[in-house]
Amino acid sequence: MSDVAERVKKIVIEHLGVDAEKVTLEASFIEDLGADSLDTVELVMAFEEEFGVEIPDDAAETILTVGDAVKFLEKATG
Amino acid sequence: MFDLTGLSALVTGASGGIGGAIAKALHAHGATVVISGTRQAPLDELAASLGERVHIATANLSDRAAVDGLLQTAEGQTGGIDILVNNAGITRDGLFMRMKDEDWDQVIEVNLTSGFRLTRAALKGMMKRRFGRIIGITSVVGVTGNAGQGNYAAAKAGMIGMTKALAQEVATRNITANCVAPGFIETAMTDALNEKQREAALAQVPAGRLGTGEEIAAACVYLASREAAYVTGQTLHVNGGMAMI
Repeated sequence: MSDVAERVKKIVIEHLGVDAEKVTLEASFIEDLGADSLDTVELVMAFEEEFGVEIPDDAAETILTVGDAVKFLEKATG
Repeated sequence: MFDLTGLSALVTGASGGIGGAIAKALHAHGATVVISGTRQAPLDELAASLGERVHIATANLSDRAAVDGLLQTAEGQTGGIDILVNNAGITRDGLFMRMKDEDWDQVIEVNLTSGFRLTRAALKGMMKRRFGRIIGITSVVGVTGNAGQGNYAAAKAGMIGMTKALAQEVATRNITANCVAPGFIETAMTDALNEKQREAALAQVPAGRLGTGEEIAAACVYLASREAAYVTGQTLHVNGGMAMI
């Protein structure tokens, strides 16, 4: 996993309190990791803080899986 | 009965009568309090009377940058705000047909928008800690209306609606949002009434007297307590029976 992916994974594990092996790139926050809509908002805010970027609402709506977040953040910080 | 030890509260408008009483009561029940207001002298006096577990954060809530700064300051002073009491309020009374845009705007800004912005900022930490108590000091006129207070009634009713929406959003995180709605309370504002006005006001109150800041504060202590975890989205009316709603 890339550096960005590792940092994303860490945030997800910490925030959702899920096992590390569940946090794959394909894992959906809501379907697979048990997040609710508030969790997804909190995750987006945590990503913004960690990576020092702003994630607009329309972009946030497209971030459904761990991989989506990694892809967005690699692009935004790269 | 209610123990707020270990919790930190931010009370806006604490240089006023009701805000000061709320800060005192939360403090007496063990909370660390940050008292905010525009006037330094009454805050200094209040802080001196409370002794320990008190911080002062002056802020003018009509200034948005100051509102943002206030929450940051308060969190820095305490490590995190668990109880937010949006109490600050102003009046710019006038009959509807003569009400100026700026009187409308100022009242909405200070009485409603600043509460929204402080609450939004405070939620971040509350969500993380999975605990929070948001208390809005609204007014009986937010429910009943009052001639000459179109702006004030709108802001106070707005606070009640905002609180209900918020309560639904954050209930799963052990964060409650409620309002306390005072009726006629003894403050500098009611002291200014003449005898005739006072009598007319009291005629509407079954209890036959004005309420006190301490009676408003007691309602806040309850809503701030751990025991009130299952009470959310409510408006607690403290008005001597003036309006039963």
